[in-house]
Amino acid sequence: MSQNDSLYSYCLRLGDNSLILGHRLSEWCGHGPFLEEDIALTNIALDLVGQSRMFLQYAAELKGGDSTEDSLAYLREEREYLNALLSEQPNGDFAVTNSKNYLFSVFNYHLYSELSNSKDEKIKAIAEKSIKEVAYHVRHCGKWMVRLGKGTEESHQRLQDAVNDIWMYTDDMFESDENTDLLVEQGMAANLNKVRSNWLKDVTEQLKEATIDIPTDTWMMKGSLQGKHSEHLGFLLAEMQTIPRTFPNSEW
Amino acid sequence: MGESKEELAFQEKIDNDIKIEPKDWMPDEYRQMLIRQVSQHAHSEIVGMLPEGNWITRAPSLRRKVGLLAKVQDEAGHGLYLYSATESLGIDRIKLIQQLHNGESKYSNIFNYPTLTWADIGAIGWLVDGAAIMNQVSLQRTSYGPYSRAMVRICKEESFHQRQGYEIMTALSNGTDKQKAMAQDATNRFWWPSLMMFGPSDKDSIHSSKSMIWKIKRESNDELRQQFVDRAIAQGELIGMTFPDPDLKWNEETGHYDFGEIDWAEFKNVINGNGPCNKERIRARVKADVDGKWVRDAALAYANNV
Amino acid sequence: MSEKETEDSQLPLWEVFIQSKPGLAHKHAGNVHATDGEMALQNARDVYGRRNEGISMWVVPANAITASTPEDQGSFFDPANDKVYRHPTFYELKDGVKFM
Repeated sequence: MSQNDSLYSYCLRLGDNSLILGHRLSEWCGHGPFLEEDIALTNIALDLVGQSRMFLQYAAELKGGDSTEDSLAYLREEREYLNALLSEQPNGDFAVTNSKNYLFSVFNYHLYSELSNSKDEKIKAIAEKSIKEVAYHVRHCGKWMVRLGKGTEESHQRLQDAVNDIWMYTDDMFESDENTDLLVEQGMAANLNKVRSNWLKDVTEQLKEATIDIPTDTWMMKGSLQGKHSEHLGFLLAEMQTIPRTFPNSEW
Repeated sequence: MGESKEELAFQEKIDNDIKIEPKDWMPDEYRQMLIRQVSQHAHSEIVGMLPEGNWITRAPSLRRKVGLLAKVQDEAGHGLYLYSATESLGIDRIKLIQQLHNGESKYSNIFNYPTLTWADIGAIGWLVDGAAIMNQVSLQRTSYGPYSRAMVRICKEESFHQRQGYEIMTALSNGTDKQKAMAQDATNRFWWPSLMMFGPSDKDSIHSSKSMIWKIKRESNDELRQQFVDRAIAQGELIGMTFPDPDLKWNEETGHYDFGEIDWAEFKNVINGNGPCNKERIRARVKADVDGKWVRDAALAYANNV
Repeated sequence: MSEKETEDSQLPLWEVFIQSKPGLAHKHAGNVHATDGEMALQNARDVYGRRNEGISMWVVPANAITASTPEDQGSFFDPANDKVYRHPTFYELKDGVKFM
């Protein structure tokens, strides 16, 4: 695979992560647990879709031809999507949504910290812009982990259940392949081992403060980097892509 | 009018365009009238998130997705500002929300209509927001300080909403035959309900006259409706839209468009619960509230423990 | 789903003050409901800071504010009306004096 193709896949991975996580979050709009939090969730969703657009625009540029952010978002199929499994999981209750966003935000934070030093100028610029947004996501969702963990018996139980349920998807975020490894060597992509150890340190600390146990002996599901997703992604894409697929070759 | 010293002083302030503030003396009827109007307005923003929210996950491009998401989010913000203005009259938000859920309090009828196609998002932005803005611009001069300040903020933020909708309509009208038909269909369905948004005709409006004397409202329903029609027709013509009203025509004498009779029977019927989506809308709000209770309880418990 | 059973307690109210530029005073922007200070600050940021409105924010529990009442108006504010000697225009200057 050429470096250009590797970079293209890498940008898809990053763009898809934010797009799918942001899409899930946008499902909350109008249904939040109270007005202020409804607005906060949408703010995070907007940040994520914004990040996704930057990565997909870059990916489209790398791919060339008549590829655009929208052709990449709306005309790729399930098996071509490269987002991590965690991002596509259904929202569940607020405990699931918040845990998912928390775990992903911490990942994004350390990922973008690394990418802020990328030798690829575009990736570096996107990472530098995004990290400020993500730092806020970590703060917002992290505080909610503590509120729910230490709130009522019910909220504690819901949060523990949520973490237990989604923990199996966390390893998949750190998956890499030969092409990505090569980009890491070339100083363009993030070293995921480093991201992982920083992630685990932060998450362990925060969950401890929230009095939530980290599940042990969890079987870890992987495969997103090869486009092997959970069943949920297909439904999400069917909904998201319905208009461009029903009315091909139209401008909106 | 009532002649007590307070009432005279109150009316004098109103007449001199001095804003009434939360702690000022005000007639009970003024307070109740405001609570009713401002909370209805707040509810409309919140319920209004639902029909448009339907299409956030189906927006046809990423640019449209962020635009719509930001717009619907603004509506949550506007609901919040308005609840906050209502709360300054001595009633809690939680109580207001209960009144919405149990049907005691109304919201704008328009949101009981379904959004069936993507073009509806365009038509809502263009016509529904267009109508709402007409009303809101006028309400910036309302006599109650907190309401007026909320309106100023809302008008500032809303300015992109109508453009967002009109841009969608423009794109559709420049598009394929199917897209054009979709846009026209949405215009047809939203035209009359948009006119109804201004409320009953002046001669039938029970709340209007007092509301004008107290300057809660600054322009009458019919005046605002006429302004809206005049502007919308011109905007529609520019993008090739027609309007479903055979009586619509320019009146050289008045300098305004004449338009047909509004179907007030439909208006009353929908307001009284028989619109296509009344039940779904309230059900969605109640569900969000019930599902959110454990979250609010947790946060309260946490704050009390630390 | 019974709508009556919502014996919800209201989340406390916080007043929000925003400084829009360095050097300016914090100005009242509105309020938010929140259970703790951090939540109030974050909510204020998300509700009143969506369009570059500020560089600094304060949140204050609404019940911590003591406000004057309209009845105070006479005794609080009217007495300042006739103290013209507090204003520079009260004092006469010789023609031609500058920078004063």
